[in-house]
Amino acid sequence: MKSIIYFSIFLLCITGPFVALSQGITEGAKVTGNIQIDGQYYTENETLGITDSSLNYRKTGMNGFANLLYTNGNFSAGMRMESYLNPMLGFDSRYEGVGVPYWFARYKTGSFEMTAGHFYEQFGSGLVLRSWENWALGYDNNLYGFNTSFSPIDGITLKGLIGIQRYFWEPYEIGNRGIVKGFDADFDLNEIFEKMADCQTRIDIGGSFVSKYEKVPKVTYVVDSKYFIDSVEWNKQTVYELKLPNNVGSWAARVNISNGGLNFYSEYAEKSNDPNATNGQIYKKGTALYSSLAYSTKGLGVFLSTKWIDNMSFKSKITETGTPPMLDINYLPAISKEHQYSLAALYPYATQPNGEFGFQGQIDYKIRKGTTLGGKYGTSLTLNYSLAKSIKKDTVAISPITNSWVGTQGYKTNFLSIGDLKYYTDVNFLIDKKFSNKWKGTFGYFNQSYNKNVIEEGIYNENNMVKANIAVVDLTYRFTPSKSFRLETQGLWTKEDKGDWLSMLLEYNISPTWFFAISDEYNYGNPSDDLKIHYYNVAMGYTQNTTRFALRYGLQREGLLCVGGVCRYVPASTGLTLTITSTF
Amino acid sequence: MKKIILLVLVVVPFTTLWAQGGSKALFKLPEANLQTMDGKPFNTKNLQNDGKPILLTFWATWCKPCMKEHDAINDLYDEWIEETGVKIYAISIDDTRSAKRVMPTVNGKGWEFDVLLDTNGDFKRLMNVNIPPHVFVLNGKKEVVWQHVGYLDGDEAKYIDVIRNVLAGKPVE
Repeated sequence: MKSIIYFSIFLLCITGPFVALSQGITEGAKVTGNIQIDGQYYTENETLGITDSSLNYRKTGMNGFANLLYTNGNFSAGMRMESYLNPMLGFDSRYEGVGVPYWFARYKTGSFEMTAGHFYEQFGSGLVLRSWENWALGYDNNLYGFNTSFSPIDGITLKGLIGIQRYFWEPYEIGNRGIVKGFDADFDLNEIFEKMADCQTRIDIGGSFVSKYEKVPKVTYVVDSKYFIDSVEWNKQTVYELKLPNNVGSWAARVNISNGGLNFYSEYAEKSNDPNATNGQIYKKGTALYSSLAYSTKGLGVFLSTKWIDNMSFKSKITETGTPPMLDINYLPAISKEHQYSLAALYPYATQPNGEFGFQGQIDYKIRKGTTLGGKYGTSLTLNYSLAKSIKKDTVAISPITNSWVGTQGYKTNFLSIGDLKYYTDVNFLIDKKFSNKWKGTFGYFNQSYNKNVIEEGIYNENNMVKANIAVVDLTYRFTPSKSFRLETQGLWTKEDKGDWLSMLLEYNISPTWFFAISDEYNYGNPSDDLKIHYYNVAMGYTQNTTRFALRYGLQREGLLCVGGVCRYVPASTGLTLTITSTF
Repeated sequence: MKKIILLVLVVVPFTTLWAQGGSKALFKLPEANLQTMDGKPFNTKNLQNDGKPILLTFWATWCKPCMKEHDAINDLYDEWIEETGVKIYAISIDDTRSAKRVMPTVNGKGWEFDVLLDTNGDFKRLMNVNIPPHVFVLNGKKEVVWQHVGYLDGDEAKYIDVIRNVLAGKPVE
């Protein structure tokens, strides 16, 4: 903690004089930053079971951050102050507090760059290492240590890092999390080899190695065995220790090949034995393959991607599990599409790190202007399909010592095998059409199957499959160049879970400053009459360039907020929400 | 902990006040490593428009207002180039989940402007972008002169007004 204080003083010392001086003297020195404050005032709601005691007598919640960034030539430094006083509903209570969880100083000379402090980094597609943050999700796994990058010749980039990960506000101590070390090399062959410089086909290859060192806890099992001496029964106790690895390594290799509108990417990763809380302490190694193929030309885009992962949860603490996901070293994105409409996103998919096969395909097509279907402005069509399934697992015999799969290989699987259990499917079709200078619209249809047991409960069967059909009509009418109405109507129909929904939103915009909206999501098909609720909201916002105020009053339905396959549960709430965001 | 709070309380208003006083002051585009849509490394120092203005928009495939904004500016892009010579770079902050879907989306939509990928948000953090869409207007010296958060139908008219003012050497507002 002292280091943070020292660094803050250091920042103040360097920024202070520059601030006081004119810009000419500081020659490019600049402080920029941004601020966001989200505040909520909660009210009780009997139907939704929201009472003072369920709110822990906390009438308000407030999450806020302020970033400061100082840059001067090749030097930059920054910090982020965060406060959760107290955390808003849906955020982990361990966030409660205020402090500086992120600060850094960075220097660049020639092709060498070094960051000291906290940093975000990604190797390849992130299968073995990604540190990132998402404010809305309450997700931050920044690394605290050193990060370097060096390019010895054009086309070669080497990266090396060492650090510990953020865990709410908890300071690092031996044994409360591990140390992450990583190395990555990237080779752009067309840059390196002169002969390939003018080649139409571009090839880039890379590789990463990441390891975690952790002082692991001692786990023992006592096994009783009986034996007889002279017909007298004796009991012998044998103590077995689970040999948890102090070091867990993972590596990945990747290739990117492109030629004009064609792009192929593939990355393969492995992780050494890592018995942890997520995989049930089995000693099997982890494997992952992610590949994508994209082809596009003007007016047409085709995208295919697939992934196969087995036992790839990689965290810097062996016992860490649960939500919110913390201490993730790697990143296993969900392969489905992130939807922009609320009811289409009511059943979002979250990655199953212990094993899944995923596929996604998308076709984007623009019908040209001046054709019968294209009309005066052209029409955009998007067809998307996603699928997530289990992988085939043949379980091995349980351990006689632990009486479970703990301490064994857990199961056997063949690389790229696909199981029978469906986790998720989504077929969706969107039409974007501009009818005239005043009218435009988006029309969408979605068909989703959501395995609630697997995704929400971790129970691997097909007994709670939610099958939903969703339709969206989104119309915008611009009656002057700066004033517009938007009407968004959505319906979701399902026989399972909470039944049918209808939603309407009416928005009035005055560009570039004001918006007003009223909306209602009505769960008219809920099997329980008491829960056929209107989740109504009124909202308004004011934007002045980079400062934005938004105020919302109403009922928030419970749901999952997901970004990149990582989800946060948002409980139902009623009340007033104020958001202020500003960049300077 | 108290010391930190105190310190932040001192630092934040201090710099905020200063920044407000100098909100018209220009700042140079920071350097960050991005990727082109086909996976080639691209440093932001290579953003070029021969001394004419540049418009940067931060966006993502999952951001609805961003898609609307891009459709709207794409319709006007030819006229804008003819009138002002402006060049648009759209910086996608899609992560691994959707980064490879950016190129087919852009081409499928028929957008004419250049698109770059900021897969782990490095450039986004350097530019203090909270949430997309976030637009920056750069003058011919690649200094940021104006920025805007969010998109409401019709905002594109404001963007081109600002670009016209930059070219005419007038205050941006």
